[in-house]
Amino acid sequence: MIVELGHFALIAAFAVAIAQTVVPLVGAHKGWSDWMALGRPAASLQFWLVLFSFGALTYAFVTSDFSLQLVVMNSHTDKPMLYKISGVWGNHEGSLLLWVVILALFGATAAWFGNQLPPTLRARVLGVQGSISVAFLAFILFTSNPFLRLEFPPFNGEDLNPLLQDPGLAFHPPFLYLGYVGLSMAYSFAVAALLEGRVDAAWGRWVRPWTLAAWLFLTIGIALGSWWAYYELGWGGFWFWDPVENASFMPWLIAAALLHSAIVVEKREALKSWTILLAILAFGFSLIGTFIVRSGVLTSVHAFANDPERGVYILGILVFFTGGALLLFAIRGGAMEAKGVFSTVSRESALVFNNVLLAVSCFVVFIGTMWPLIAEMAFDRKLSVGPPFFNAAFTPFVIGLAALLPLGAVLPWKRADAARAMKPLWYALALAVFIGALVWAMQTGRSAGGPLGAGLGVWLVVGAGVDLYLRTGQKGSLSQRFGRVVRLPRADWGKAVAHAGFGITIFGVAALMAWEQEDIRVLQVGESLTVGKYEVVLEDVSRVEGPNYLSTMARMHVYEDGRDIDVLFPEKRIYPVAAMPTTEAGIDNGFWRDVYAVIGDPQQGGGWAVRVYIKPFANWIWGGAIIMSLGGVLSLSDRRYRVAAGARRRREAAAQGVPAE
Amino acid sequence: MIRALILTLALLIAGPVFAVQPDEILEDPVLEERARDLSANIRCLVCRNESIDESNAELARDLRVLVRERLVAGDSDQDVIDYLVDRYGEFVLLTPQKTGSNFVLWYAGPAVFLLALAVAIGYLRGRQNAKEAAVSELSEAEEDRLKALLKD
Repeated sequence: MIVELGHFALIAAFAVAIAQTVVPLVGAHKGWSDWMALGRPAASLQFWLVLFSFGALTYAFVTSDFSLQLVVMNSHTDKPMLYKISGVWGNHEGSLLLWVVILALFGATAAWFGNQLPPTLRARVLGVQGSISVAFLAFILFTSNPFLRLEFPPFNGEDLNPLLQDPGLAFHPPFLYLGYVGLSMAYSFAVAALLEGRVDAAWGRWVRPWTLAAWLFLTIGIALGSWWAYYELGWGGFWFWDPVENASFMPWLIAAALLHSAIVVEKREALKSWTILLAILAFGFSLIGTFIVRSGVLTSVHAFANDPERGVYILGILVFFTGGALLLFAIRGGAMEAKGVFSTVSRESALVFNNVLLAVSCFVVFIGTMWPLIAEMAFDRKLSVGPPFFNAAFTPFVIGLAALLPLGAVLPWKRADAARAMKPLWYALALAVFIGALVWAMQTGRSAGGPLGAGLGVWLVVGAGVDLYLRTGQKGSLSQRFGRVVRLPRADWGKAVAHAGFGITIFGVAALMAWEQEDIRVLQVGESLTVGKYEVVLEDVSRVEGPNYLSTMARMHVYEDGRDIDVLFPEKRIYPVAAMPTTEAGIDNGFWRDVYAVIGDPQQGGGWAVRVYIKPFANWIWGGAIIMSLGGVLSLSDRRYRVAAGARRRREAAAQGVPAE
Repeated sequence: MIRALILTLALLIAGPVFAVQPDEILEDPVLEERARDLSANIRCLVCRNESIDESNAELARDLRVLVRERLVAGDSDQDVIDYLVDRYGEFVLLTPQKTGSNFVLWYAGPAVFLLALAVAIGYLRGRQNAKEAAVSELSEAEEDRLKALLKD
């Protein structure tokens, strides 16, 4: 019964979304305020309906309702509760439903918190957002309905893909979708602005919080995915330049560019049409990502539900929304005149270079991802584009970005003197070069990556500190400055924290790639191997039975310089229902390094294949990403964005203050 | 009974044979290092998107052994690559060759960067020489509201 209600709610949401699209858009065009006003209740109602539908599907998974085809294909009664719930979005249909829930949620937040938006802009934003919902709800209802019943329900399900039965991956998709789909708000604002024919400083301010929220969720989502790959795939790779990873990385790069260019719109009323274009592209890349993941045109480690017919539908959505918006941009974009005047050396131009580097690096990822397809169709060459290409083609832009960032961040607006702005940064630069040189001298190999990463990391982190210090003004004792730095706006803190996080991630990646150590051996139980200053003893191998899997579990003792530091239990699991093996690495997490152990197959002559890696600074990669998103949270909590609440309070105060006549 | 069945099943399914196996490793550390570097650049043809160095598949193992055999036989790195491309096509390489149409792939990034740089510098020059727009498009009331909003 609940399942039928969920299905019905989804159909109702489709109808509401059509109303949400048509009525406010027509109203805004004709200037009918009652038609425009429909946008808010419709967006709200659409969200509750879709949420109910999602709840109904979750209920079916939790209660293991095997009359539902989707539950049969992705669940099993023995599965732990967490994975019964995450199984809801561990498949094509359910994940698409989650997509739509988040889409509706973002639309609804514009309805709930958009008090300060001019009515026509709000109506248009909600209308455009509604139209995206219409497209995706139609996609679900007509091609990927999660509520299909089976005539003869089986006794039990076929289990979820074992690789997905993992805490890291359980929460990876919701965060990723919050990011992907959150960019739809930037898109809706851009199209609404094009329809209005006007972009001003206020628009720049309104579009930022949503972009910031989308970006920070995307950051967390990507970090979770990378962390999962690190401990689950069995050899500790953290990024594969896989099409599916690139699909999430491209919107991230564009969203980062958009965040920065929207600042220029807000503060200086320049870069308007470029910002609009970025907003369209950001969501365009989200749609391209959806297309890549679900259509199966590109092969990937983690693509699921490949279906050409669905691919064609998503391609249609992609062409309609991106193409339509770009056409509108071509017609209307020229009308957005820039107002701010600034010199070639200024914060504005630094942000322009930030955008150039981020956009071009996104382009490099894009062409690398699509090239196998292009080469096959246009040149009849069947080839692969793998990590070596991306590492070579992408890295220079990141280095350029990191090298320019600290200076750009402290340049004054309008007109700057680069030499003067650089003055307080000389110490940071000197320290960075010194650390880089020190690392170069100390390392055993001759890799340039490690020292470069260390230097850039120091430059970014110390540069962020200098940025905060400069914000405390020209004069004052250290304690006065300290008092001021604590009271700085959260946006300033957010900026510094995010930039420092970027530096930490760069260092983590460089260090891991430069200084990783490994050993692969056959060990008899009781024997040990040595990697660097670590000794790993294989003490025992036993068979263990889990709730829905069988495991070969090893016990390995880790000694550092003879000191007992940890016991690891790497496993090799087999999920009989899905007939799939997985590896679970045993990891001793540390601040400076991870000790990463994997147990392999029993050997013919007795003993087990054992791999042990020392992964220096591995956790800094994800730590940096988390710090970056923390910077986003700080910035998002700045009181400027709560201006609606503040303005309301002031109005009320003013109303009370006026004496009655 | 069911337990026995599951155990038999589990035995039938091969466990994950992971990446490089101990018995594949060459005695000569220099050759082994070269083999690892080469392997990272060779695609496991039956896998979705993994190099033979990372892959668990049987074919990847065969290719790893093949690479090592060629190296021991005295092939240079380029010889090994040519041999593999000859047998499996350029699909087997994870680094696309810099030949023919692939020039577009390799040089598109730098070319677009230079183009974007030129456009950006042109734009910045324009901004520097532009006159501050005197007349606002906003009505007075809107301008006031904007100021109130931006003051926070």
